Amino acid sequence: MITFEQVSVTYPEASHPALTSLDLTVPEGELCLLVGPSGSGKSTLLGTVSGLVPHFTGGVLHGRVTVAGRDTRTHRPRDLADVVGTVGQDPPAHFVTDTVEDELAYGMESLGLAPEVMRRRVEETLDLLGLAELRNRPLATLSGGQQQRVAIGSVLTVHPKVLVLDEPTSALDPGAAEEVLAVLQRLVHDLGTTVLLAEHRLERVVQYADQVILLPGGGQAARFGETADIMAVSPVHPPVVALGRAVGWSPLPLSVRDARRRAAPLRARLADLKPAPAPSPSGRSAGSAPSSGSDASTASTPSAPSPSPAPGSALADVTALAVRRGGVEALRRVDLTLHPGQITALMGRNGAGKSTLLNSLVGLHAPTSGRVDVAGLTPHKAKPAVLLKQVGLVPQEPRDLLYCDSVGAECAAADRDTGAAPGTCRALVERLLPGIPDAVHPRDLSEGQRLTLALAVVLTARPGLILLDEPTRGLDYAAKSRLVDILRDLAATGHGVLLATHDVELAAELAHRTVILAEGEIVADGLTPEIVVSSPAFAPQVAKILNPEPWLTVRQVTEALAGSEGSPGSVDIAGQI
Amino acid sequence: MPQRNLHPGAWWLWALGLATAASRTTNPLLLLLITAVAGYVVAARRTDAPWARSYSVFLKLGLLVLAIRMVFFTVLGSSIPGIHILFTLPQIPLPSWAPGVQLGGPVSLEGLCFALYDALRLAVLLACIGAANALANPARLLRSLPGALYEAGVAVVVALTFAPNLVADVGRLRAARRLRGRTERGAKALLTVGVPVLENALERSVSLAAAMDTRGFGRTADVPTAVRRTTAALTLAGLLGVCVAAYGLLGADGSVWALPLLIVGALAAAGGLLLGGRRAVRTRYRPDPWAWREWTVAGCGIAVAVIMVSLGPAFADALNPPAVPLAAPTLPLLPAAAILVGLLPAVTAPVAPRAASVSRPASVSRSKETP
Repeated sequence: MITFEQVSVTYPEASHPALTSLDLTVPEGELCLLVGPSGSGKSTLLGTVSGLVPHFTGGVLHGRVTVAGRDTRTHRPRDLADVVGTVGQDPPAHFVTDTVEDELAYGMESLGLAPEVMRRRVEETLDLLGLAELRNRPLATLSGGQQQRVAIGSVLTVHPKVLVLDEPTSALDPGAAEEVLAVLQRLVHDLGTTVLLAEHRLERVVQYADQVILLPGGGQAARFGETADIMAVSPVHPPVVALGRAVGWSPLPLSVRDARRRAAPLRARLADLKPAPAPSPSGRSAGSAPSSGSDASTASTPSAPSPSPAPGSALADVTALAVRRGGVEALRRVDLTLHPGQITALMGRNGAGKSTLLNSLVGLHAPTSGRVDVAGLTPHKAKPAVLLKQVGLVPQEPRDLLYCDSVGAECAAADRDTGAAPGTCRALVERLLPGIPDAVHPRDLSEGQRLTLALAVVLTARPGLILLDEPTRGLDYAAKSRLVDILRDLAATGHGVLLATHDVELAAELAHRTVILAEGEIVADGLTPEIVVSSPAFAPQVAKILNPEPWLTVRQVTEALAGSEGSPGSVDIAGQI
Repeated sequence: MPQRNLHPGAWWLWALGLATAASRTTNPLLLLLITAVAGYVVAARRTDAPWARSYSVFLKLGLLVLAIRMVFFTVLGSSIPGIHILFTLPQIPLPSWAPGVQLGGPVSLEGLCFALYDALRLAVLLACIGAANALANPARLLRSLPGALYEAGVAVVVALTFAPNLVADVGRLRAARRLRGRTERGAKALLTVGVPVLENALERSVSLAAAMDTRGFGRTADVPTAVRRTTAALTLAGLLGVCVAAYGLLGADGSVWALPLLIVGALAAAGGLLLGGRRAVRTRYRPDPWAWREWTVAGCGIAVAVIMVSLGPAFADALNPPAVPLAAPTLPLLPAAAILVGLLPAVTAPVAPRAASVSRPASVSRSKETP
């Protein structure tokens, strides 16, 4: 269906090609997953299929891409609109009209289909994607998952043979991601649509993929093959694969269900062992399992405080907080106390009030009732320059925080804003992110680098409490594990960290404590293992596989096994969060 | 009562009818009646869409116009001779090259009333436009444009959806400034926020353009060269004709030839648009029908305008009450009854289908990745 023949793409003023000599064929009706680190050319590859590369983006394309027999060199994106449907990373940027029904019809209108055909297909698509109840709704009022489904629906109505999606589930909570993936699977099964999909969150999608294209980046050749074959060698892989590789399962399980069926012996072996307290640096009671002491998490053990410190040491204290925004009760009666040295994960659906809670802690929203106390300050009344030294927030879009035209200027501005000694911020950047030249524009950094720069800017003021809103969206596995290390170090040096996230694997790996919000209320608050193991939505894959035993991460399992056998485990957990 | 969207053109005709009526009178009672009629229909038939709030926005704008007019009148004085002097402002003598302009001086009740009525008329015109904005979906109105103008229409729709995004961006970036500990206001703050906002807007337009391209926007049909040339010639000649005719109509001498030229020019331009539509391959999904409900709504507006215009000579004093001598305005019954005809759409117009339950807006989610 899609054929790449010796395809290379070089953008203007780029020193090396974004994509080199790609040679492969995606057969009809396959769900093909595209994996690789940031900057390895995933978006470029997707662009060549829809014709946006090079017609829209510029650059030089060598070789030939054909889609359903049409050569993209001679067909512009609009000429391919009836065979390729493209959904970008950000559905709102994709919408042309303002209501669901009009949006579904827009593509067909452009192609000039007959009114009766359009009417029929809109109704069919509304049913197929479960959007019938939303048909008259303005697009701006939909939730993230609904918007993503509308975006998919809007390209489906023209009956494309190929569907191209760039990170369709990255911004979604686990439930909404399931919705979208169910739709994609249905398309592949029922309509025989060929789906080409790029995604960083492999734990969500690998089980649905028939084929995987691995773009290793760094000039290495792409690899293409059956999902299990590629996953066996891929440097990036989901926890279920990591576990399978670690304990030597063959064939490699790709879904939690496959793994569970094979996990009975492993569960028996682990029954007598206890997990090292999840990611925890603290010497809690559960910490009786032998721990190798060889990695970053355990290195910080001695200095970390206990997760339930004496009262009075709280970094922030939220009491009966309620916030109303635009007629919606975003938060109601939330009580939360944050302590130094503790990493807390804040989870919940899109729109559950996570961002509102973070924003209230930095004074962006005034409480409707209740109170927020950050180191004795009331955030919405405190002077920003004073508050800055107590609490810092890295917003969902780290770029919002940056407004200078180079990294050097950004650092100098941060020093000035916070009254720190000149060079403080630059030193932080150098520590967190070595080798970034001063002259680079923040816009040209990768997503992970930009996040780290924003974090360095926030840290310049030395706040005791650090808040991160959805930090891992768009991060590849390498950037993510780097972030994990940075946050662990911060916690070890007595910072409190609160991160709002949809990433259950990250929370399991990193957080001591997990708080779950639903409809503005805290519905669960406790130590991470206790909270996530029993939750179907927020349990990490390892917990699902080894349920009811409280194991959360591959690292815990391998360390426990290595400890029990008295030999150091030499398993590959690289690239694994 | 059926649930469907009324053709937006019908709402505009109705509102323009009311506006025409308003422009024929300075009687404050009639003007307030028109505002009330428009307001009632808006309240009865508006949706919960964002633009449905524009009636109150336009009302506030009207009040602002009123206030500005009153301030200007008090400061600049007026030529209305009045005997009820309310107060006298110190007068500033102006040089002789500014005759007829005065700063300060006596302010009379008559003059104040005159200015108030005059400004009220303008405010009511604004309210009528606000009513049309609140009731007619701007996107659907643009969808009813002829095919040749479709691309221009899309540009306007896109611009309309961009405005709220810009506002959201400014809010987000100002919050981010606060996170950096900055509190400066004014031009400097605007500058630091302005550049990233523009960058975001530019980026968003580029990604929207890419999305539209992949969805087939801009596909054109092949039309013979002859048709293309005829289209261009007709459009150009038509527009030129309309311009010249308008010049003639406004001037003193061209009244004989201007009207026929205007008609011919308009016809030629319409023909050009019609032919130009052949190049567009697009079709329309569920166009709004023009049925009897549209006729009644539009008809009511037109009727109000026609009756008011035709009553003009008979009710000259009642419609435009003289400022001197001062008298309480009276309500002429016949024109008032005519205006009440404008209420009919509150009953005859169909109810717009409402979104069943509005959930919270999705968190703005945008990302990432360099290609």
